[in-house]
Amino acid sequence: MGADIVGELIDYQLRVNGHEHDVADGWLGESLLYVLRERLGLPGSKNACEQGECGSCSVLMDGRLVCSCMVLAASAVGAEIVTVEGLSAGYNELSDIQAAFLAEGGVQCGFCTPGFVVSVHDLLEHNPDPTELEVREAVSGNLCRCTGYGRILAAVRAAQETRQG
Amino acid sequence: MSTALDIRRGRIGESAARPDGVPKVRGEFAFSSDLFSEGMLWGHIVRSPYPAAAIRGVDVSEALRIPGVRAALTSDDVPGRKTYGLDYPDQPVFAWDVVRYMGEPVAAVAAVHPETARRAAAAIIVDYAPTEPLTDPVVAADAEPIHPLGNVLHRQRVRTGDPDARGTVVVEGRYETGMQDQAQMGPESGLAIPAEDGGVDLYIATQWLHIDQEQMAACLALPLEKVRLHLAGVGGSFGAREDLSMQVQICLLALRTGRPVKMVYSREESFLGHVHRHPAVMWYRHHADADGRLVKVEARIILDGGAYLSTSTAVTMNAACMAPGPYRVPNAVVEAVAVRTNNPPCGAMRGFGSVQVCFAHEAQMDKLAAALGIDPVELRLRNALKSGDSLITGQTLRGTAPVAEVIRTCAAAPLPAGGPVTATELELPGGAGRTADRDSVRRGVGFAVSIKNLMYGGGFDDYSSARCRLEDGVATITCAAVEVGQGFVTLVQQIAREVLGVVDVVLAPPGTADIGSAGSTSASRQTWMSGGAVQQACLAVRERLLTSIASRHGLAREALEIVEGRIVSLDREVDLPISEAAPGEVLEETAEFHHAPTAELDADGQGDAFVSFAFAAHRAVVDVDLELGLVRVVEIATSQDVGRVLNPVQLVGQLEGGIAQGVGLAVMEEIVLDHGRVRNPSFTDYVIPTALDMPPVHIAALIEEPEPGSPMGAKGAGEPPMISSMAAVVAAIRDATGLELPRAPVRPQDIALARPGQGPVAGSSPITQEVSP
Repeated sequence: MGADIVGELIDYQLRVNGHEHDVADGWLGESLLYVLRERLGLPGSKNACEQGECGSCSVLMDGRLVCSCMVLAASAVGAEIVTVEGLSAGYNELSDIQAAFLAEGGVQCGFCTPGFVVSVHDLLEHNPDPTELEVREAVSGNLCRCTGYGRILAAVRAAQETRQG
Repeated sequence: MSTALDIRRGRIGESAARPDGVPKVRGEFAFSSDLFSEGMLWGHIVRSPYPAAAIRGVDVSEALRIPGVRAALTSDDVPGRKTYGLDYPDQPVFAWDVVRYMGEPVAAVAAVHPETARRAAAAIIVDYAPTEPLTDPVVAADAEPIHPLGNVLHRQRVRTGDPDARGTVVVEGRYETGMQDQAQMGPESGLAIPAEDGGVDLYIATQWLHIDQEQMAACLALPLEKVRLHLAGVGGSFGAREDLSMQVQICLLALRTGRPVKMVYSREESFLGHVHRHPAVMWYRHHADADGRLVKVEARIILDGGAYLSTSTAVTMNAACMAPGPYRVPNAVVEAVAVRTNNPPCGAMRGFGSVQVCFAHEAQMDKLAAALGIDPVELRLRNALKSGDSLITGQTLRGTAPVAEVIRTCAAAPLPAGGPVTATELELPGGAGRTADRDSVRRGVGFAVSIKNLMYGGGFDDYSSARCRLEDGVATITCAAVEVGQGFVTLVQQIAREVLGVVDVVLAPPGTADIGSAGSTSASRQTWMSGGAVQQACLAVRERLLTSIASRHGLAREALEIVEGRIVSLDREVDLPISEAAPGEVLEETAEFHHAPTAELDADGQGDAFVSFAFAAHRAVVDVDLELGLVRVVEIATSQDVGRVLNPVQLVGQLEGGIAQGVGLAVMEEIVLDHGRVRNPSFTDYVIPTALDMPPVHIAALIEEPEPGSPMGAKGAGEPPMISSMAAVVAAIRDATGLELPRAPVRPQDIALARPGQGPVAGSSPITQEVSP
């Protein structure tokens, strides 16, 4: 394909979920979300708005929660990127937060779920015992159209309580 | 921290876990936008920037010269019927002579990279001659036709009793509701793969595979069996996927290029590319006697259908028939009309037709209560429908109708503690903006009740198909019912476990090639219809299994039953686990479930057009900043008529999720149009509730009166939460402000810039014309 595409193409590496990935012939204008989904086979991060409003594409970049649709992939070179695919230990295992989303009914269509799961991981990492208002504030950058948030908040509470012991 | 998998495998009535839950929380569930095929191209649709224009020519030659572009198609490339539509094909695949709304497809391209496709789309030159758009639904019916089929999409009259009946108290009003978007999180997307037989395989997120197939086959000029649809993961729907979106265009691109083509709408394109909730203008006049009993309801309802028909017929019928709400009304004169305009097409959205009229009839009930000096809840109780009553369509309510129960239980819920005086700053209207002045915040409480017809009626023979295959104790269910997030897949497993006593239930991927139609995932129908089909298929397999085991043991069939996953005889001589009952044997049965027949409405809107009804009550508590017009919804209490609870956690999810959409329509959600142009096609400008906007939901009661005719006694539960929650929130804002607020959504300026006591303009009611002969 080469120049068939859209102009200048570059090669680079991204470090995602602890592994180096080669990106070959990438267009400079591609977002991190696009590269994760379409070039690296990691479609867990979702594309609901692609303008930083909905949080469906949330990933951790050097430990900071970002909307991957708002990050140019080529600018993420050298960063440690963690996506929803990198949160659970392995096949057939769930993180405590993933398990809580499932058990409490926090999943309906599931399109927002990966973004929420990443967001809540970030929240409980930095604030292990948030108040309900703090939880609502922390996930207010993640839109969900199915649940009305009730079961999602219940899932966060359950995960929080499990961690508190 | 990690947890090993422990999935709840429940039966009917238990909170079984979703079978798709694990892949969904791990990010591994394949939504329609996640698909990939080697060598695939990217498709992109060229859309009209004008709400009304003549097309003088379309030139794709520049686009085709861009390296990497493989196809550019227009209406000339549609081999079959050039139009499509759910009820009637009045909507072009690609506009050829005129465009009738902003966002109407005119051409499509396929290229090796999505950015190349976008640039190619921009390089297509369409020579438009813009014309004056028709955008006012109130004048549209009598305006110059903007389509060969005219501007009246559907008209539904309902007349019963004495049109001249008079009450001692009369209240009236003009009400409006805005255009709401489904705003499902998953954008429209799909992957079309050309097949060797000249046909095409389409992996798509939709609501009804078989109706898409029919419409597509006609446009593609292919026999049905060469248009094979496969359900891809659906990221929410709420009506947005009831009509075709890209289905025909993406298949044309795949067939033309001979390569797989993927297409994913941007959010802006999603806003422009699917139908919305009909905006409504409604004139109402209620007559009651001195005790508050309704004597007559007059209503004239205009629904803006936008440029094409879509589901306007059903929306109009619902609006007309449900116009008085869940109340006994002996005399009624109602007319609902859906009109064609150059606004975006409107069609299905959760609660369709009922949401609009509920806003009006509940405002009218509050006005009536005020005029009579009767408590609004008491007034509703005095008029509440009950089983055995007649609707204004003449249909007798034969099913359960616990209207009084939902009203009483909801009204009895304790009010939330606290208030604007004690709330923390973040809990005041405006939240983190900290703009509210505590002294200008008032609390209000509002109440609303709704009725929703369930499933398809009006004489339509609605059905669903399902197959059950039992082999070595594992049941495999094949059904084309679309899972959009509501949890039907969970219910399928619960039904099979309940009927067959098995633990493991596999769901075959839904597609058109493997099973007959399941009908649409809409109108609160899949639990009843496809749940019924799955149940019947499982029962048939159960009968064959038990008959076969019985004859093997020389017993009568009646001597055997399934208990806790084992087949046992009454005398315990036979006691086999299901998994070992018929080694190597495959039992397979297919069932088709039909609901009870319904009738078409006659010219006066009379007839037994509906199968069943569900009722809900909502009480909203709001805090309103009178100076800034900001609203914070503090709590929603609700009671709902559900027939029977099949999965408690999923049911709560339907109630909370529907209420969130009701809150959204009440105070923030509206497609803003300017002369037919959509001004806010993004999540930046079309705002839906976040976790900070959405209040706690208090479920006061789930009324379980099993519905006769429903396979499991349950009523569809998805739509009612949306319908009266919206009306209740606006009623609460009225209570806090003293304003009439005849329009939803209530915008800050409607409160901050309004004059108290603002009422309808006198003499403006066109009901008068309708009433006089």
